[in-house]
Amino acid sequence: MTTPDHRDQLIFELSTPGRKGYSLPAHDVPPAPLEGGVPDGLLRSGLAGFPEMTEVGLVRHFTRLSTWNYGVDTGMYPLGSCTMKYNPKVNEAAARMRGFAEVHPLAPDEAAQGALAIMHALAGMLGEITGLPTVSLQPAAGAHGELTGMMMIRKRLITRDGHPRKLVLIPDSAHGTNPSSAHLCGYQVREIKSCARGNLSVSVLAEAMTPEVAGLMLTNPNTLGMFEDEICDAARIVHEKGGLVYCDGANMNALIGKARPGDFGVDIMHLNLHKTFSTPHGGGGPGSGPVVATREFEPFLPTPVVVATRDGLRLDYDRPLSIGRVKAFHGNFGMILRAYAYIRALGPKGIRESAENAVLNANYVRARLRDAYEVPYDRVNMHEVIFSDHKQNEYGVTTLDIAKRLIDLGFHPPTIYFPLIVHGALMVEPTESEGLDELDRFVEAMLQIAEEARTNPDLLKKAPVTTRRSRFDEATAARKPILKWTRPVG
Amino acid sequence: MLEAIGVPSIDALFEPVPAAVRLQRELDLPPALSEPDLTAHLGALAGQNADPSTHAVFLGAGAYRHFAPSFIDQLLLRSEFYTAYTPYQPEIAQGTLQAIFEFQTLVSELMGTDLANASMYDGSTAMTEAAMMACRLTKRDRIVVARSVHPHYREVLDTYAKNLGLSIVEVGYLPDGTLDVGALADAAKGAAGVVFQYPNFFGVIEDPRKAVEVARAAGALSVAVVAEPVAMGLLAPPGSLGVDIVAAELQAFGVPLGYGGPYCGVIAASEKCMRQMPGRFVGMATDTEGRTGFVLTLATREQHIRREKATSNICTNSGLMALAATMFMAAYGKEGLPELARLNFDKAHYAEAAIRKAGAKAGVTLRFVAPFFNEFVIGGLGDGAAVQKRLLGSGIIAGLPLERYYPELRDSLLVCVTELNRAEEIDRLAEALAG
Repeated sequence: MTTPDHRDQLIFELSTPGRKGYSLPAHDVPPAPLEGGVPDGLLRSGLAGFPEMTEVGLVRHFTRLSTWNYGVDTGMYPLGSCTMKYNPKVNEAAARMRGFAEVHPLAPDEAAQGALAIMHALAGMLGEITGLPTVSLQPAAGAHGELTGMMMIRKRLITRDGHPRKLVLIPDSAHGTNPSSAHLCGYQVREIKSCARGNLSVSVLAEAMTPEVAGLMLTNPNTLGMFEDEICDAARIVHEKGGLVYCDGANMNALIGKARPGDFGVDIMHLNLHKTFSTPHGGGGPGSGPVVATREFEPFLPTPVVVATRDGLRLDYDRPLSIGRVKAFHGNFGMILRAYAYIRALGPKGIRESAENAVLNANYVRARLRDAYEVPYDRVNMHEVIFSDHKQNEYGVTTLDIAKRLIDLGFHPPTIYFPLIVHGALMVEPTESEGLDELDRFVEAMLQIAEEARTNPDLLKKAPVTTRRSRFDEATAARKPILKWTRPVG
Repeated sequence: MLEAIGVPSIDALFEPVPAAVRLQRELDLPPALSEPDLTAHLGALAGQNADPSTHAVFLGAGAYRHFAPSFIDQLLLRSEFYTAYTPYQPEIAQGTLQAIFEFQTLVSELMGTDLANASMYDGSTAMTEAAMMACRLTKRDRIVVARSVHPHYREVLDTYAKNLGLSIVEVGYLPDGTLDVGALADAAKGAAGVVFQYPNFFGVIEDPRKAVEVARAAGALSVAVVAEPVAMGLLAPPGSLGVDIVAAELQAFGVPLGYGGPYCGVIAASEKCMRQMPGRFVGMATDTEGRTGFVLTLATREQHIRREKATSNICTNSGLMALAATMFMAAYGKEGLPELARLNFDKAHYAEAAIRKAGAKAGVTLRFVAPFFNEFVIGGLGDGAAVQKRLLGSGIIAGLPLERYYPELRDSLLVCVTELNRAEEIDRLAEALAG
């Protein structure tokens, strides 16, 4: 047995009694008696499992952890449907301004006019970008926005018809959050099969669209990176039967400045500020998932809503038809602020160009890789492109192997095995942030992997080899979960 | 690039979008701003908000101002952390994964529970998801919740419950500010969960053992909401008192107030809840070389596998905020968190005494006499909102007027005092409230 390397240790193992990494402000008041001050039996006896560390020890530990990560600032991150674009640094600086970072969410409205101004302005800008002027910034993430939007549909139908209807139609290419959000909103989900082109089939939709159906929940561009070109007909079919159209806005990066969902029949949708509008994803969160909708949804918005009055901006809580509140306070303001800064920095032309470049980049990758990898739907795509491992399967190589080998060649892998309707999917979304040089490097890496799949498949099976850890046994981890550290006995 | 693709123009790439809906104009947005102009513009807007450099602030109510050691924000700016996505590829995400594993361990220890998940959006949604989990585990559909739970949290629970046919029963508080245990026992029969806050929304230290007893007798699960986790440095952890599920907001641990978000919800619970937990878990795993590391695990609970049958629709959570909370908990550590909690306790009690003393003649009173942590309700103010407005003029945000949430507390303010409120500031508040 070798001596344990401190670089492999958890913070609990690095702890040493008596070390201190904090300092407290002056104790400028007398101590208050604990007896009588804390009910009997509720005084804590200690925090035995908490570490004791010096500041430099902590800093080195967490700095070390950071070096085991890969972020957008490390390199290209073509994680399809996640829109891993560059996160402008000015936005980070802005979020740290004292007048934003240290403002209490329950400050009286007159003491938070700057924050309210940003929320009000962002709501207006998102309304213009989507053509859907009724906006809530409250949802904390995309799935939370989906749920909020579905609740607004439900409430609108109840208000209109006296009942919410029963079913929601969702294409089989949808992200898993869609059926889950619909279900959490009390709806049954009916999956509808995509047509051979990978798009929504209008005839299948027409058949499924009964008076029991509350609406259609779709993603456009869809998860294959294709624009749903019959969307206007689809929306008409849904509307004629009294249903509503919900759009998952995860792929809005393809459309900003080029087309507006409100113009192609969408009634309500969410946006992901952490995708389309550049707010950093923080290794899994935070997000922000504003909902935008047609004017008819205005009474149902979550409370509170920012409104302009003669005396300035204020939060309006008096909304009797509201679906209610979906989150404490007013949404992820830090993300709202960054998205506002992003849109202000780009302006209308910059917004349009970002969509154009995102689409151009994805099509370029498709064109360069279409001989080496199967492209199940080989036509002009939008902001992302799907490949499969069909050709590589011949050599026993799978999508997972391709993804892991990309890591060795310096790239974050694409989204894999999604959408579910493509076997061994590799979903590549370069975003507009990548220049031609970086795209070419990625393409070369993918071509090299296609070649290696033929000539040296073992190399791919063993990948990654350049990382601190190789592939994990995830099955055992799930079968015998170890979810926290426990001190070894003895 | 266009040549490689085989199209004549960028516009050709947008041909799948029907011509009728292609936008034929520029968006009506303000013109682009350069970085210096944008910075100046945002600086001017920031200047229109009250912060602790412009006002003495005594607001808490689910969002707390505590001192975060400077290193925390500097490390949050390590872009390998903040520009990463969810750790789907564990070989290049060991930093995020190990930090979350440490987070789960620290939160379990803090709350005295068997396990904790990888974070939720915030405390309100954590509580709501905890209540829904209690329904799944007990196969019942009624939740009992104390009125002394954060009003926003209860509103969120109501919003979710309405669509799922869950019924919510609220139980009031006693004149001393504690939970009405008798009423709770009556309401708990046949319920899935009994939800209370510890310390409660009024800052009062509830006794979790009472709620646990009521829940157990009724075959329900007990759910403790912890919105001010610094209190856990002083108070016995809910898990050790028999609480089944803890739904917490960890904003107080190094996450900026930031006008309300992003914050850091989390659910901690006993082992029996594991398979029904919402959200992600990080687990320990072994790689092909036998080395230990970390992966996302138990994913079959989640929406990307289970779709509509998932335990929750949550995908994105609060990873970066959980990292901040991890660093905060590690920095204060075993000795520091109790010291920090004690300082909050002392300052709040100093403030309460000072306000009562200065305001005695004016009829200012302590509304709830039960033991409290770092928040308390003062009454006898006539109109709490008017008093808040008056003090705003002298640079003090005195506390939260409660009338919106509790019509019976129109004459009251919820005052929060943390280690960052200096004695001088507190004296100023006491004098101003009296006048």
